Amino acid sequence: MKSRHKKLMVIVLALAGIGIAAALILNAFQSNLVFFFSPTQVANGEAPTNRAFRIGGLVEAGSLKRDAGGLTSHFVVTDTAKSMNVVYTGILPDLFKEGKGVVAEGRLGADGLFTATQVLAKHDENYMPPEAAHALEQAQKAQKSVVR
Amino acid sequence: MNLYTYASPANFYTLAGRLIPWFAWGAGILTLWGLYIAFFLAPTDFQQSEAYRIIFIHVPAAWMSMFIYLVMAFWGAIGLAFNTRLSFMMARALAPTGAMFTFVALWTGAWWGKPMWGAWWVWDARLTSELILLFLYVGIIALWAAIDDIKRGDRAGSLLTLIGSINVPIIYFSVKWWNTLHQGASVSVTKAPSMAAIMLQGMLILSIAAWLYTIAVVLVRVRRIILERERQTEWVKALLEKES
Amino acid sequence: MEWASWSDFWHMGGYGFYVWGSFGVTAACVLVEVVLLKRAAGETRRRLKRMQQWEEQ
Repeated sequence: MKSRHKKLMVIVLALAGIGIAAALILNAFQSNLVFFFSPTQVANGEAPTNRAFRIGGLVEAGSLKRDAGGLTSHFVVTDTAKSMNVVYTGILPDLFKEGKGVVAEGRLGADGLFTATQVLAKHDENYMPPEAAHALEQAQKAQKSVVR
Repeated sequence: MNLYTYASPANFYTLAGRLIPWFAWGAGILTLWGLYIAFFLAPTDFQQSEAYRIIFIHVPAAWMSMFIYLVMAFWGAIGLAFNTRLSFMMARALAPTGAMFTFVALWTGAWWGKPMWGAWWVWDARLTSELILLFLYVGIIALWAAIDDIKRGDRAGSLLTLIGSINVPIIYFSVKWWNTLHQGASVSVTKAPSMAAIMLQGMLILSIAAWLYTIAVVLVRVRRIILERERQTEWVKALLEKES
Repeated sequence: MEWASWSDFWHMGGYGFYVWGSFGVTAACVLVEVVLLKRAAGETRRRLKRMQQWEEQ
């Protein structure tokens, strides 16, 4: 075998190695690609029961209760069809707000209470000045009252 | 004089030398204009207040990280198909800047994620696939550096670039295909942008600036590669003679 | 104008650390790339010229 062919073999093997590594990584991510489960998916038993997982949805308006003097807060995560009670001890992110998106990582208790170890805020892709957001909100309210 | 004239490294060298100042100045002026919009004309955001201003570099950098990869794959494919010298040189010249923009996209993303989401990093599909893009750039550059034989290196690197290009659509569509913490696209061809006009304007101007910057540095880099590879030719010898 | 004062501007509504951390590192990356590239281009020219002069002797 000529040294030229040997080198070519090395390169081909290296490329094959990279390809296999990439395939393995992607395969490992397959289980992680589902970054969070919605409360409906959890209710349907799609979420794992034996390990920690993430749930995602909206923080139900009016559901946030903070314990007096403590860092523990209770809130409800909803996807409008189903909802889940969540308890979390720690500092909530700045964007955490009722009616806004949230992703919480933790375990689901037998009593249906989700004990979160990490809470992340999920925001949408809209960017506008506060006045525009306010005007939009007013317009939506007006439209709703017309429909009713 | 036709377009093929510039496919010869000698002519391209001269043309690139003439074009570089224009792209560099354009990039500089548009950057200043874009930053002025980003910090002094664009209003605060209704949800994220001032932290959203990171978008003005994060999105252009993330776009560039993907565009540059595709351009690299394009030149690699042309080189592999037609065995044109200049195409491989272009591919090599693009990689470092692509890696730089990928790093910037990841870095600014982390510094945006921490105050807004509450985490520097999460292993969601968008962030993970962008990290794989950085590894691809680094891997391709390392492969080129490791293979002494220029022609073989060109082919191996371009082949890896082509294989890795599957990652680009994965990055782009990850926020649609899977549940991610990362939000969807604010600007896309299929819907009206979900951004206030002045914010969008600043972001687009900085994106064009990033393009012009990329063209300028890639031309400087490709000229260096041309000199290096053509050093035995008469025109390079004459050129260096004239300068010294 | 968005800002009442320069200190307001640097403060970025409490997010100064993150905003300037992002823009600062980006500027540093661009600067490093430009400086390294200029240096490498100069080095290549000098080396090629040296090689050529050496060949002529």
